[in-house]
Amino acid sequence: MINNIDYSLVDWSRAQFALTAIYHWLFVPLTLGLSFIIAIMESIYVKTGNPEWKQITKFWMTLFGINFAIGVATGIILEFEFGTNWSNYSWLVGDIFGAPLAIEGIMAFFLETTFVAVMFFGWEKVSKRFHLTSTWLVAVGSNLSALWILVANSWMQYPVGMHFNPDTVRNEMINFWEILFSPVAINKFLHTVTSGYVLAAVFVLGISSWQVIHKKNILFAKRSMFIASLFGLLSSVFLAFTGDGSAYNVAQKQPMKLAAMEGLYTGKKGAGLVALGILRPGHETERDNFIFKIEIPKLLSILGHRKTDAFVPGINDLVNGNESQKIMSCEQKIEKGKLAISALANYKKAMRQNNNDSAKKHLSVLNENYKYFGYGYLKDKNSIIPNISLSFYSFRLMVVLGFYFIALFALLLYLSIKNKIEKYKIVLRISLLSIPLAYFASVSGWIVAEMGRQPWVIQDILPTVAAVSNIKTNSVIITFILFAIIFTALLIAELKIMLKQIKIGYKEGGNENV
Amino acid sequence: MKQTILYKIYLFYKDGFASMTVGKTLWIIILVKLFVIFIILKLFFFHDVNKSKYLTEKEKSDYILNQITNINSK
Repeated sequence: MINNIDYSLVDWSRAQFALTAIYHWLFVPLTLGLSFIIAIMESIYVKTGNPEWKQITKFWMTLFGINFAIGVATGIILEFEFGTNWSNYSWLVGDIFGAPLAIEGIMAFFLETTFVAVMFFGWEKVSKRFHLTSTWLVAVGSNLSALWILVANSWMQYPVGMHFNPDTVRNEMINFWEILFSPVAINKFLHTVTSGYVLAAVFVLGISSWQVIHKKNILFAKRSMFIASLFGLLSSVFLAFTGDGSAYNVAQKQPMKLAAMEGLYTGKKGAGLVALGILRPGHETERDNFIFKIEIPKLLSILGHRKTDAFVPGINDLVNGNESQKIMSCEQKIEKGKLAISALANYKKAMRQNNNDSAKKHLSVLNENYKYFGYGYLKDKNSIIPNISLSFYSFRLMVVLGFYFIALFALLLYLSIKNKIEKYKIVLRISLLSIPLAYFASVSGWIVAEMGRQPWVIQDILPTVAAVSNIKTNSVIITFILFAIIFTALLIAELKIMLKQIKIGYKEGGNENV
Repeated sequence: MKQTILYKIYLFYKDGFASMTVGKTLWIIILVKLFVIFIILKLFFFHDVNKSKYLTEKEKSDYILNQITNINSK
């Protein structure tokens, strides 16, 4: 039993999960987006019969293959961590996570052993159309594979379609479709995969820009740039719309996350959105918590509640409560949470003693307070405040880069259409330097989503302190270091192999079968 | 007929693997990675806490109940 929580264990377990998730995510978005860009390029080849498009497709397919191979199975480590470091959590959600993760595993297995093989080995062995179909299926399949993971993650942000069974001590699925089609899941899937498309488009543009700067296969590079800038522009505009959907969902389901993202301490009607700002360190609870800020009036109320004068609760409202807005204080929720936890323990005790009346009474208390169950583990009311600075700056980094990418895609598309791209070396260099920015934006999005929902593993139901396994901190530290070494080695291997292939460039007749 | 299709699939993979260039390096990386993940990490570092400690579902649920109803923050 964990009578006393070791917070260093919780922190190391979180750090390890963050490390592995971030490294894993370095490989995933490129797979999601590049697969579609390749499919579009191959479609042009099949449609026109022009072998140059085949060369272009095969070059990008080589880079896709490298990223795919290095990244494959890196996500499995996360599942190991669930079982070892987060065993309480794994048990409590096993019934809900099992289905999506099993579907994802089966889908990934069949995808990887069949259509990816046809994509790489089948160029001269199957018909053009069958090959093209396989390429599209890889693109669709890898995105559908991501769907199941994102559905599971969304459920943690917004737990629906389940019922807590006190007999098994598990959250059990009662409505699969409610979980799959929850507004948070749909929006998260669309927003996340689209961010992968944007990243892949920036990747293609950056490498093509390098090729143009160094006068390597300029024609092929320019064709790639046209496809990537068009694909990227459409994706980034859609990304902005789904980002708006995310903000709305966060305002409705996770108001503390929104308040942290905005550094909003005191809630107000007609709240403005801080477009740019610098937080005042050490003055976070004061009214004037910004050194400077540029605020767009009423925009936060509009984004969060679709009304100009809607009340947006601040951190203080959510911690201390706000009677006029009918917001319960955190201390009240903590009391209800404690009631739920002790009701669960008493229910089980009563059941063991075959005291049905007592069990019924405790079950009623548990059900009545279960929505606050997780609050019972919090040590004080301020525990519900996530890291403000990290949420605030990560959110701004993501949004600013998102709009920067729209401008970059639009400019490069214009220059591609006008066939003037090689004249603007500065634009090409900016395009090349934008590759790491796309990764920063992508990871920032995850930091906002995951750090912003702290302390919760499952929103309101289970905080990290109760989800962690009762294991030795040292073992988590050792595996943290091991993962850091393994993933860094994989990343270096990917970069080295990829850079070599980029230098080789487009080959006549297409690059090899990877 | 069935064997012919299976044989064709076998040849498809065999020829594909044989003609790989970069892929050979990638496969070495994949195999080393899988070995590290499934043999070293899984066997020595990542045992399933619930499965390794308790055999039956009831034992596991009792263990978790004990865990989550007896937590006090330091």
